[in-house]
Amino acid sequence: MPQPLNYLKETASQTAGPYVHIGLIPAMAGFDIFEKNFSNVLVTPSTQGERITLEGRVLDGTGTPLRDVLLEIWQANASGRYNHPADRSAGAPDDEFRGWGRAGSDFDSGLITFETIKPGAITDKAGRKCAPHVNIWIVARGINIGLNTRLYFSDEEAANAADPVLNLVEPPVRRATLIATRGERAGKVVYSFTINLQGAEETVFFDV
Amino acid sequence: MNAQAPALRDPRLNRPEPFTPPLGDGGFFQRDRSIHPPAHAPGYKSSVLRSPRQALLSLENSISEITGPVFGHNDLGPLDNDLIRNYAKDGDPVGERIIVHGRVLDETGRGVPNTLVEFWQANAGGRYRHRKDTYLAPVDPNFGGCGRALTDDTGYYYFRTVKPGPYPWRNYVNSWRPAHIHFSVFGSGFAQRLITQMYFEGDPLIPVCPILTTIPDKDALDRLVAPLDLNASTPFDSLAYRFDIVLRGQRSTYFENRTAGN
Repeated sequence: MPQPLNYLKETASQTAGPYVHIGLIPAMAGFDIFEKNFSNVLVTPSTQGERITLEGRVLDGTGTPLRDVLLEIWQANASGRYNHPADRSAGAPDDEFRGWGRAGSDFDSGLITFETIKPGAITDKAGRKCAPHVNIWIVARGINIGLNTRLYFSDEEAANAADPVLNLVEPPVRRATLIATRGERAGKVVYSFTINLQGAEETVFFDV
Repeated sequence: MNAQAPALRDPRLNRPEPFTPPLGDGGFFQRDRSIHPPAHAPGYKSSVLRSPRQALLSLENSISEITGPVFGHNDLGPLDNDLIRNYAKDGDPVGERIIVHGRVLDETGRGVPNTLVEFWQANAGGRYRHRKDTYLAPVDPNFGGCGRALTDDTGYYYFRTVKPGPYPWRNYVNSWRPAHIHFSVFGSGFAQRLITQMYFEGDPLIPVCPILTTIPDKDALDRLVAPLDLNASTPFDSLAYRFDIVLRGQRSTYFENRTAGN
């Protein structure tokens, strides 16, 4: 027998269930309990960068929007730097931007929105530029382990074409499932996205 | 073993000491998906239409996955980890008073410090304070059912609550959830993000739960069951249960190699 390695095992995931709002967004469950709450608004008036709205839905295998899904996003600031001590890249830090938010889908329409800024391009450890993107984590009733995906931006065609992660996606036709479409509404920039859990246009999910 | 851990609080005394490499700054250990429930688990019917069918695309961790949100005590209120008091209106909630405590560790056995742990649950009758829950058990006017805590520098957390009740749900016509508390944990990087559920030692509903039995690995399932911890109980006040949570470990970068030609 060789020496034992004795690593611990990761705790198994379990579904967030239909009442995930109680713990993570209690106002959506219908009550007020904490002095301070987390939300889908990532910006303060002092945050640097272009204000954008991310707006989308998560669809099940029949194309029906999930109305009890919860999304979290994690993104770099306008300079392409994450607000975390492990990011020692050259981008300027922004104390007014944590870079993280969570949102529950609307109980009727399934619509999910985030108010944030467009992240800057990121430089990876090998010195390559990565296209601006938002990291997404999805949990809900019926989802046994959180799903990881990303959103890229439709107006970043050149950067997207060179992005090392997008270029891993095969067949290339599936790359489009990760790209949010830029539009404008009432003078605000809105990026629209659809996350398909199944079907011909199933979104690319990552094992990170 | 983390040298800073106070011995009395260490929940893994009497267990083999895990290997503790230098603190990692690289990617996380590859996730062992054989211990997690598969996305498509037909016995849990809700998973059928909500499970991806394509293979996940495996990604070496970049800065996007190694980093994650940082939380501090400014994000929390003083009663956030006291579910007996944080929604009390005219008295204490009904139910068995319990303390739940443990450590958030990573796969190397190191405590995960200063990480946000959130928890939510039904009341003692099995009813959630949620606009979509219509179970006939009554809502408790003094119980909200949620709380949160930051781990200390050894990864330790604790909170006080009442033991949740089991409740029926629509899967088979007579499916009941074992008593459970939902947990959400962050870790230091977004790739460690985890939601799970804690169950209670001795609950006869555990082996027949269609959600719990989505887990293919018996040991992984057992690790979601918190033992009664009489030593941590408060005499004439509260029982205690201990629940350790293990997040993915992080690799150390022993040698830096830049990819040539890129």
